Amino acid sequence: MAEHSTFRLDGRPIPFAPGQTIMDAALAAGAYIPHLCHHPEFAPHGSCRVCVVCADGREVSACTAPAAKDMEVESQSESIRALRVSILQMLFVEGNHVCPACEKSGACQLQAVAYDCGMLEPHFTHFFPRRAVDASHPDVILDYNRCILCELCVRASRDQDGKRVFAISGRGIGSRLIVDSPTGRLGDSRFAITDKAAHVCPVGAILPRRGGYRVPIGERLYDRAPISRVGDVAANEEA
Amino acid sequence: MLNPSPSRIAAAVERSLARLGRDPSLVLQHLIALQQTFSFVPPAGIDRLVAALGVTRAQILAAIDFYAFLHLAPRGDYDILFSDNITDRMLGNGRLMTQLCQLLGMSPGSTRADGLVSVGLTSCTGMCDQAPAMLVNGLALTRLDDARIRRIAALVDTRVPLPHWPQAFFAVSNNVHRPGLLLSDLEPRDAGLAALRQQGPDAVLAEIERAGLRGRGGAGFTTALKWRFCREAAHPEKVVVCNADEGEPGTFKDRVLLTSYADLVFEGMTLCAGIIGAREGFLYLRGEYRYLLEHLEAVLQRRREQGLLGQGMADTGTDFDIRIHLGAGAYICGEESALIESLEGKRGVTRKRPPFPVTEGYLERPTVVNNVETFLAAARIAEHGGYWFRSEGTDRSAGSKILSVSGDCERPGIYEYPFGTSIARVLGDCGAQRTQAVQVSGAAGATLGVDEFQRVLAFEDLPTAGSFMVFDDSRDLMEMVRNFADFFVHESCGFCTPCRVGGKLLRDLVEKVAARKASRHDLDEMRRIADVMRRASHCGLGHTAPNHVLNTLDKFPQIYASRLASADHTPAFDLDAALAEARALTGRDDVGAHIAADVGC
Ligand SMILES: Cc1cc2nc3c(=O)[nH]c(=O)nc-3n(C[C@H](O)[C@H](O)[C@H](O)COP(=O)(O)O)c2cc1C
Ligand code: SF4
Ligand code: SF4
Repeated sequence: MAEHSTFRLDGRPIPFAPGQTIMDAALAAGAYIPHLCHHPEFAPHGSCRVCVVCADGREVSACTAPAAKDMEVESQSESIRALRVSILQMLFVEGNHVCPACEKSGACQLQAVAYDCGMLEPHFTHFFPRRAVDASHPDVILDYNRCILCELCVRASRDQDGKRVFAISGRGIGSRLIVDSPTGRLGDSRFAITDKAAHVCPVGAILPRRGGYRVPIGERLYDRAPISRVGDVAANEEA
Repeated sequence: MLNPSPSRIAAAVERSLARLGRDPSLVLQHLIALQQTFSFVPPAGIDRLVAALGVTRAQILAAIDFYAFLHLAPRGDYDILFSDNITDRMLGNGRLMTQLCQLLGMSPGSTRADGLVSVGLTSCTGMCDQAPAMLVNGLALTRLDDARIRRIAALVDTRVPLPHWPQAFFAVSNNVHRPGLLLSDLEPRDAGLAALRQQGPDAVLAEIERAGLRGRGGAGFTTALKWRFCREAAHPEKVVVCNADEGEPGTFKDRVLLTSYADLVFEGMTLCAGIIGAREGFLYLRGEYRYLLEHLEAVLQRRREQGLLGQGMADTGTDFDIRIHLGAGAYICGEESALIESLEGKRGVTRKRPPFPVTEGYLERPTVVNNVETFLAAARIAEHGGYWFRSEGTDRSAGSKILSVSGDCERPGIYEYPFGTSIARVLGDCGAQRTQAVQVSGAAGATLGVDEFQRVLAFEDLPTAGSFMVFDDSRDLMEMVRNFADFFVHESCGFCTPCRVGGKLLRDLVEKVAARKASRHDLDEMRRIADVMRRASHCGLGHTAPNHVLNTLDKFPQIYASRLASADHTPAFDLDAALAEARALTGRDDVGAHIAADVGC
């Protein structure tokens, strides 16, 4: 029996099936809730916190919170927008995101979500961490400067590629992505450009080689249409 | 230490595998064993564990990098860590560490060049009633003073093996100053288990329900309900976990319960197993309490021999046994889902919820996680009945609460009170004078000023896991704020953005205030960051980490106001410091090579 209940997202009724999260149901109904670590093909993660919404008065991540009948969910209120902007600003100052000099600019989900939420400046003090670039792999560049620890590559490699190439190491502000290989370098791992993990990074941290500037800046995915309309980087990469 | 030979490493791994087993979930326990043997995890050991357990090298490296007590590079033969809770600081741990380092000819936070000794800091070791304290090769040393430090330096320099150090150094007292409902009865009778046998699981669960017992680890979830949910979960293999991570700064009551009431704690776990139908139990013991391991293993072994554990245990028709897993220096592993991750051998990162552990916990099996004190209370309730427990406390907070009292008072130690007891009463009993503030429930708890001392300890007013730290009027509360802010940066698991990044931003601003470089704008920023952490973090650590900042901003504004630089805005970017590299390159350090700090822009 496919009897659907509904909840309300910013006043709009959204149907959902039992077990669906707020995010699942919203995406299925064509309603956009900004997010970074979520990808419909993988188990919900809930780490970036960008999809925070207010559900019946409580702040939850839409990607992990189950939808419930008649729930009132606020996603576009000023209070939630401001909260998201702060979270995005935290992500920007944590890494080294020099958009004008980044090959991913215009097709980067972090940048696009920041535009969508109306983030105008990074606001907080930059950490300027010293991180390396791993150019050991013939087909991709791994630029740790831009990694936002979304673990999509970790999940893709583990759950779809069956390789466990990536892992998050350390803790707290010292958390970082590492590669499973004898040297710790991507070129010495089992990673291949055909892996799912090569095509899920929402930012410019896992960059396929030989594609640089094929599409000129100004004509890229999010240069043409906002993310709320065209959706995730991964969905477009695969299309 | 000389680099261990490959054959020694191989033998150590084999021993560990033979002793603990080859399940991938045991990887953390094996790493802890290697760390203890070699003072680091040697690369050859990692290779062998990868091969034997089927875990990836990356998973092992990630765990070593996560747990504070695991290392890739050798620590000294004597690995000394000073406990660094605010109560240790108030008793001069910093001075003692400097003194020790001077005597040993080294600097704090390093390993001496000859590899003999490392000296550093660690989060609260749960010895606040006998502080300052330290860990040497993982074993607790208490009551440090100048004389002890001199002795320790001599013992290290003359390479006296740890077992030959004066036993008095390792003495840990219970310091129970006020026993109440639970602590006044020391005798283990396993009468709760007898009740289980005679009356059956439903009747015992009903008593625990009647008692109104709520979890003693902080969140206060109704225990009977948790057990019922777990019992009703579909998966047939249930698990009982006792949370003995006791990482909240200023808490040490579980240490005392495990020292002197371990039988009752295990009895409570066994009851739970009988009620929910579990065969598998774990005690997750924080690494700082490793000195209790032998004692606890002995109690378990005796209980097995008495037929109270193991096959056909306690004539209840179930087999239930308890294994002890060690932690390795991570406060977040006290959070129940992070604890379960750690039990599975992974980094202690909190899981998303739902699913809750009662439906999908350890290896996706329905799992009850309860605090040490909760299990002990459950055992006594099974013996004496629910009304007995309810005879104390308030309507919504039945029974008693065991407090760990430390800081500025004459008699730090353990105090057990009925719920509903006022702060003032506790202060009077422990001999606190000229108190300006009390920190209730640890770094994550509430900071109370004098006008709140009539408030009561109860879930409906001041919920507490038991930590009670007293600050008299000679103290500068900014030091407390700095200590806690550092603690949360160090202990954030790093999973979610608000806590991982926000915690560091907040700490940096606290330091800016302490350095008298902050402006009013920075105080507003602190509130903004705190707001993001409270509202958007993934777990309780991030939700509560900014409490101390918000509480002190509201209740003790002078500790901030008195330090503000006059301007509305002082930049975080230090122009003069940024020129240091240029000065070094040009060999200049004259006045002209500096930019005055007060030059506006
Ligand atoms: C950051 C954090 C640390 C925690 N540390 C502990 C701890 O050391 N001991 C404990 O019993 N509970 C701790 N808890 C609470 C546990 O998550 C859990 O609620 C508790 O173990 C459940 O047992 P109880 O119902 O008997 O209290 C912690 C929670 C958080 C968020
Ligand atoms: S490399 Fe990309 S996909 Fe992987 S964790 Fe970092 S940001 Fe996410
Ligand atoms: S709030 Fe902190 S400790 Fe909890 S999941 Fe987030 S980063 Fe980890």
